[in-house]
Amino acid sequence: MNIQQNTEAQRMSFWERLYLPEIVRGLSITFRQMFKPKFTRQYPEERWEPLGSYRGYPVLVLDEDGERCVACGLCSRVCPALAIEVQAGETEREKERYPVKFEINMLRCIYCGFCEEVCPEEAIVMSKGYELVFEDREAAIFSKEQLLVPIEQLQDRLEFLRRYK
Amino acid sequence: MPVITLDGHRLEVPAGKTIIEAAYENGLQIPHFCWHPALSVAGNCRMCLVEVGLPRRRPDGSLELDAEGQPLIAFLPKLQIACATPVADGMVVNTKSERAVQAQQAVMEFLLINHPLDCPICDEAGQCKLQEYAFRYSRRVSRFQEEKVHKPKRIIWGPGVIFDAERCILCSRCIRFANEIAKQPVLTFVERNDRVTIELYPGTEFDSPYSMNVIELCPVGALTSRDFRFQARVWEMSFTDSICPGCARGCNIRIGVHHNEILRLEPRRNLHVNQYWMCDEGRLTQYGFVNHNRVNGPQLRRTATGQLEPTTWEEAYEAVAAALRRYKPTEIAIIGSGRLTNEDAYAVVKFARTVLRTPHLDFPRRDDPYFGDDFLRCRDRNPNTVGVLEIGLKPAAGGLSLAELPEQVRYGSVRCLYIVEEDPAALSPELQQALEDAEMVIVHASNYSSTTAHAHIVLATTTYAELEGTYTNIQRRVQLLRPAVATKERPRFQGMAMSRWDKFGAWNDRWAHGPQRDCRQTWQHLREIARRLGTTWKWSRSEEVFQELAHEIPSFAGMTYELLEAYGGIVLGKGRSPDPVPPLRYESHVLKP
Ligand code: SF4
Ligand code: SF4
Ligand code: SF4
Ligand code: SF4
Ligand code: FES
Repeated sequence: MNIQQNTEAQRMSFWERLYLPEIVRGLSITFRQMFKPKFTRQYPEERWEPLGSYRGYPVLVLDEDGERCVACGLCSRVCPALAIEVQAGETEREKERYPVKFEINMLRCIYCGFCEEVCPEEAIVMSKGYELVFEDREAAIFSKEQLLVPIEQLQDRLEFLRRYK
Repeated sequence: MPVITLDGHRLEVPAGKTIIEAAYENGLQIPHFCWHPALSVAGNCRMCLVEVGLPRRRPDGSLELDAEGQPLIAFLPKLQIACATPVADGMVVNTKSERAVQAQQAVMEFLLINHPLDCPICDEAGQCKLQEYAFRYSRRVSRFQEEKVHKPKRIIWGPGVIFDAERCILCSRCIRFANEIAKQPVLTFVERNDRVTIELYPGTEFDSPYSMNVIELCPVGALTSRDFRFQARVWEMSFTDSICPGCARGCNIRIGVHHNEILRLEPRRNLHVNQYWMCDEGRLTQYGFVNHNRVNGPQLRRTATGQLEPTTWEEAYEAVAAALRRYKPTEIAIIGSGRLTNEDAYAVVKFARTVLRTPHLDFPRRDDPYFGDDFLRCRDRNPNTVGVLEIGLKPAAGGLSLAELPEQVRYGSVRCLYIVEEDPAALSPELQQALEDAEMVIVHASNYSSTTAHAHIVLATTTYAELEGTYTNIQRRVQLLRPAVATKERPRFQGMAMSRWDKFGAWNDRWAHGPQRDCRQTWQHLREIARRLGTTWKWSRSEEVFQELAHEIPSFAGMTYELLEAYGGIVLGKGRSPDPVPPLRYESHVLKP
């Protein structure tokens, strides 16, 4: 049923129906803002650098003597989104095991940081990375090589973890 | 029978049993490391310390009673080990009293002082007794500040076992196993106090055919399997109860599956058959063929190319039916197998008798005198010889035996060979020649083999790990197999063991499923072919085949899958009065995912 009586348009006064005062009011706000300081960031020319406490996508720590990960699979077990797959292999190194395969499906990851919290080796940490763009699903599955990040680039996060974890 | 009170439970226990046996026979638990029901009592770990009291008696032997008429209990001044203290009438045992708990915590603290923090890289984690007890019986904090004692890791004990001395808690189970069960006394403790470790006698190796049982026997992760090491964490695998097809013993096993591939087999308790053990040969050789070299989907040999090429089931069954129609019954010979389940053997026999009406039906024996021993291993390497013979898979009147067959194929009186889950070409040169001579060779096969190389039609068939069925072992015990590996037809549905990844993995996960082969069980093939030859069989599940079989064959009467599962297998002829399950239900490891 279409309502014919007591509609919005019928209830408006003459000045309201003219719209002009409202337009003037709106424009005055616009002009006032033009002279105030700007907060917009010119992304991507101007990028934002997060602090150590930021939880970007998880990465693997690359130490002086190689990857820290011992392929214990605890991150894979705790991950609520089942984003991580680890396959262990045996090495001659003291810690006996290393990941033959380590994959994180970045479409699955929900940035909860549980993997970082559970890792006994401090081998997986949340990075500052927040730019994740893929053209297909397969490309969203990061391999071990894509995930390994030199420890120097992760100092902020490691420092944060040491202090607050 | 003596009556004891254990933590308030009144138990009637046969005289001569120890307290810990009394507990486990009645479904109660007492923490322990060194005790194992199949081994002698060592009493060296002290984890099972309990408070033991006996009723106080007057000089004339009558009981002293308290004001309420209850007997007065005099507790022994020191705690006793439950694994070596026999029960006595009126005994009162406390495992949860303050003194007992203190003792448990003290023993745990003592064991953990020098234990490495290896759980994340330890294959035992998730089913480790020490881990479990650390949660249940320890104070959960360490007061030890000093450097832990370091001992060698990765010591090779033999072809199957690697020893990590740091993780060992010196319970001596492995030493007693080597002495008492494997009968290969090569292990011993050396050194004293916190340097104690285990060594092989100089110049020896722990290579008994049963050596790898110490891997499950070890309450911690000190002994690992060289075959399995690090392939998966225990909670990542789905474990299914099944039967080892390696020989006629039919050891009860558990199949560990990860991404739909078998990663390991481990023994499962069945006190009637294999107790707690299995042989290394079974453990190492009975899973590779499930993972590799599989026939996937039906295959037809095209005349144009001479190659086996994939086809549809419809077309393959039509081709088989058409081929079988072309021959007279006596021109067809069926070669069955001692590896068939009872259900499949029943279907083959029924197919031969009622559909093809051929008398030529036999299967090859696999006799390996070097494999048999006086413990578990049997010289008959077929898992179901007894069942297959019981069901009647043998030449009918006027039928050819396997030995006579090659000659008749050469003369052309047998022209079509129908081979069910067997590889005759690998067994003898005569049979291989027969396969070459035959006009038509139809094969049910799970793996490519020298027989499929001669086949005109190959129907992809399940392995023991993908089917539901039963084997009858050398003791005439019918035992149940459950599907552990998913096939295209039988996806991992509810009711099949599922790890977290199997349960929650999505269809587009790369890893959740692993290869799923397009294969079917032999009775399914035969049902389809029989229908095309004019006989309708109404089976839709293995269980229905088994019901019919139990109805038709007297020695199977009364058996059902449920009973087989509940009784750990039933001996032929005892379907209506199965042997009772022994009361001791002991699991050394319990997986807690
Ligand atoms: S952050 Fe959370 S969701 Fe992402 S990989 Fe780690 S555990 Fe999984
Ligand atoms: S929890 Fe850490 S050490 Fe274990 S697999 Fe994950 S990243 Fe590697
Ligand atoms: S033996 Fe048990 S407690 Fe010791 S490291 Fe292995 S899992 Fe952990
Ligand atoms: S290796 Fe294992 S079974 Fe052997 S003494 Fe050590 S803890 Fe016990
Ligand atoms: S179980 Fe009794 S002392 Fe070890």
